[in-house]
Amino acid sequence: MAPKKIVLRFGPDISDKPIIYRLVKDYDLVVNIVKANVNPQKEGTMVLEITGGQVEGGMNYLRDQGVQVQALTQDIARDEEKCIMCGACTAICPTGALYMERPSMEVRFDGDNCVVCHLCLKICPVKAMEVRI
Amino acid sequence: MEKSYAEINAKIKSGKAVVLTADDFVSLAEEKGLAAAARQVDVVTTGTFAPMCSSGAFLNLGHTAPRMRMQKVWLNGVPAYAGIAAVDVYIGATEVPEDDPLNTNYPGEFRYGGGHVIEDLVARRPVRLEAVSYGTDCYPRKELDTTITLDDINEAFLFNPRNAYQNYNCAVNLGSRTIYTYMGMLKPNLGNAHYSTSGQLSPLLKDPHFKTIGIGTRIFLGGGVGYVAWHGTQHFPSIQKSPDGRDLGPAGGTLAVIGDLKQMSPKWLKGVSFAGYGASFAVGIGIPIPILNEEIALYAAAADRDLYAPVVDYSEAYPSRTPGNLGYVSYAELKSGKITVNGREVPTAPLSSYPKAREIAGILKQWVTEGKFLLTEPVQLLPSPADGIAAKALKG
Repeated sequence: MAPKKIVLRFGPDISDKPIIYRLVKDYDLVVNIVKANVNPQKEGTMVLEITGGQVEGGMNYLRDQGVQVQALTQDIARDEEKCIMCGACTAICPTGALYMERPSMEVRFDGDNCVVCHLCLKICPVKAMEVRI
Repeated sequence: MEKSYAEINAKIKSGKAVVLTADDFVSLAEEKGLAAAARQVDVVTTGTFAPMCSSGAFLNLGHTAPRMRMQKVWLNGVPAYAGIAAVDVYIGATEVPEDDPLNTNYPGEFRYGGGHVIEDLVARRPVRLEAVSYGTDCYPRKELDTTITLDDINEAFLFNPRNAYQNYNCAVNLGSRTIYTYMGMLKPNLGNAHYSTSGQLSPLLKDPHFKTIGIGTRIFLGGGVGYVAWHGTQHFPSIQKSPDGRDLGPAGGTLAVIGDLKQMSPKWLKGVSFAGYGASFAVGIGIPIPILNEEIALYAAAADRDLYAPVVDYSEAYPSRTPGNLGYVSYAELKSGKITVNGREVPTAPLSSYPKAREIAGILKQWVTEGKFLLTEPVQLLPSPADGIAAKALKG
């Protein structure tokens, strides 16, 4: 069975809990951490590949802990023509995939760091961010 | 050293004027000293490209046969104000369609508004025009549903009552929930800080006492040529002071600007949407500053580290109109990507596009250098900090 790829988002209140340990121990899942950005007292994100018999149970456990769980089946892209490089997304993007290059103050998008949280779609003033499936 | 507008224009016409963008003038003054920079340079060009509410366009739609005194008008579903004359309307930047869900599904998207209508017109895209009326003897028609383009109508001029804010708040959120404002999405507990000027490139930050920018000043507006029509609404120019009396740069001035929409470009006029807040309009403005003397050069040489923005809480202080702020931060700090507020490090981001502001200052520099754009001496100067205009509060 192909591993399921998911994105987890943690609030600052739960970023210090041993959530992945419980996922492995209690639900017997094989977990491969593709990307992780988790720091104490801060919002965190993680991309996981998981396999095992109790994937659904594990997902329910995560949601019960207050973790936002989302399947990673989409890509986010930037319409370079539309983007006016204002920067409004750069302090919102949770992983720094959208960032400002200094000192030019140009906005860059690094899709490899994107966890498809859709926040940029919501807040981009010129709707330059798009979902590609 | 004193130069006149006529002397500078003579140099522009003969291709001998020395023109620098505000960015480059800041560097030159640092390198060569202010006196030398003032002698050497004739014109400094500024630029800004940011959401500017209080914008809109007057349109004369032309007359149908039979004639119609349009009482209510919609452009792509967005209401335009028709209470001016038979076929004159004003489409305001922040107007939204009557069937827009607004904030019923909070935060609302506000995907389309008056600013988007103006952008569509300037881009020469067809726009649906609907109108209704009650009919009169001289204007019998009661209904209209047709399509227009910018080239089909008589006049179309942008007339923005308040643009080019001299300075603006750096917005933060001290509350415990995410808020959606005209300064963007602000995360709780000082999660981020948003600011919205182009700092050392911004037109009115470089003319704190309104010595050169006045009524009739020719400017870059929306990719074409425009003019300063008047001081803007809520024009309350002042010089900010630190608690120990230090000069923290200007704040509070605004401009009303005007220009023919038909020669502007959709690249520099963009409808924008602020989730949870509403629709607005990003406008590109560039203003040339004639270096008439060393005092004006001194103002034009102000750098990001000399110019400050007040930090304001948008969870409580701003909506309740509580005076005061959380301190001042320089544009150099804001541009570095982080500031310190209440002892905490806060990531910063602009809503004003610095790359586009730089491009505008560069285009204006090129226009002046090529002799296509002459400077205008103001017909009348605008109120300055010395006039001490204070904001009035509305009772209610």
